[in-house]
Amino acid sequence: MATEIVERCLGTDGLVMVGVQRRGVELAHRLAVLIHRAKGWVVPLGKLDITLYRDDLQSVGPRPVVGETSLPRELDGQTVVIVDDVLYTGRTIRAALDELADFGRPRRILLCVLVDRGGRELPIQADVVGLRVPTAPGDRVDVLVRERDGEDAVNLVRAE
Amino acid sequence: MTAAPLGKDLVGLEELSASQITLILDTAEAFKEVSERPIKKVPALRGKTIVNLFFEASTRTRISFEFAEKRLSADTVNVATQSSSVSKGETLVDTARNLEAMRIDMVVIRHPASGAARFLGERIRSNVINAGDGKHEHPTQALLDLLTLRDRFGRIEGLKVAICGDVLHSRVARSNIWGLLKLGAHVVVCGPPTLLPKGLEALGVTVMHRIDEAMQWADAINVLRLQLERMESGFVPSLREYNRIFGVTRERLARAKRDLVIMHPGPINRGVEIDSDVADGSQSLILPQVTNGVAVRMAVLYLLAGGAPEWRNQPADDR
Repeated sequence: MATEIVERCLGTDGLVMVGVQRRGVELAHRLAVLIHRAKGWVVPLGKLDITLYRDDLQSVGPRPVVGETSLPRELDGQTVVIVDDVLYTGRTIRAALDELADFGRPRRILLCVLVDRGGRELPIQADVVGLRVPTAPGDRVDVLVRERDGEDAVNLVRAE
Repeated sequence: MTAAPLGKDLVGLEELSASQITLILDTAEAFKEVSERPIKKVPALRGKTIVNLFFEASTRTRISFEFAEKRLSADTVNVATQSSSVSKGETLVDTARNLEAMRIDMVVIRHPASGAARFLGERIRSNVINAGDGKHEHPTQALLDLLTLRDRFGRIEGLKVAICGDVLHSRVARSNIWGLLKLGAHVVVCGPPTLLPKGLEALGVTVMHRIDEAMQWADAINVLRLQLERMESGFVPSLREYNRIFGVTRERLARAKRDLVIMHPGPINRGVEIDSDVADGSQSLILPQVTNGVAVRMAVLYLLAGGAPEWRNQPADDR
């Protein structure tokens, strides 16, 4: 995935990687480390919490906990790679795009996800995908990362 | 997150648990960053209508609430009523019915009568947030004080906080005492006997009558405003004498702990309860308090909006 990001961004400086809270943050960090090893580029990292941009805020039960948003520098004219663990309905990415637009006008935005589980409800597709898994609506895809969960794993929990 | 949700209204800190207060402070932490963005606005409360109902003069609190509301994309209306001659109960019931009829979502109320916020909250379906009711509580002020202390010291538990001055007339003091005690701080109140309510010790608060003693004991001191507008005569002999005996002066600060921090809810009576060079000095957190006020109010609005939902499981989002 790191190689693919590098290929797509070759010749472009101003690359910024933004992890979507929560596990996208760790994945973005790891990709940045891999890119640094391979190319020697230091890619600025950011975090994005999309809670306040959710389209279902009025209907979800108690208010979801709001996490940290911190972006490395001006986004105007940059190439931003959004990194998330699972791509499903596309609603999180819709919110992330809206939020990024409030911080500036990137030249280009790419989407990189570890798992694409299908089931889109919006016309959003990823540019770089680690794993494609066909799933049913009741299934759950849990991505675990060592930094947060103690192990690296992708678990598919089928609906009963 | 295991904290219980806040319920429909925010009337005071007396009703909140330590984990609920911590939830508000943690949420406020995330909202601080929104005010630093190039576009200081998030769509969280889009389509919500909020009425700021102020029956008492206020600049800081009202503007702070208004910024908080606007930065969450809510639509706001300000109602400032200075009238105090009408019977309060009747006015409020009337107001409540009119507000209901206009289909508003939230009311921020400041009122000279203690208990006004609860009274309103019990009569309308909208969320009610207390922005100060008489001598009862001013919860968002205490929350921003707690956030400011936590920013500076990294914790509230075990902290020594002195609340000094006109405790009797102060809703800020009452809310602070509840919040600080629930989060495990040690609290001292200090002031002239005429301005300290009876029975404070029963809450778990220590009373001191000498400001020097309190300032030398404390990690942080919250200096209260002498509320001249709420006083009948006779509480203090003169403002000059009050300053001489209870004023937070540069000389007293020099004898206190070197890293003692000074807070004040504003507006300041310069030269009465606090000297200008102390209020503007390096140990003063008065302006950070104001900055934190917006974040804390955004957190409260965000957490209360949408009524009092049951503690349901969040639907899986993009899993």
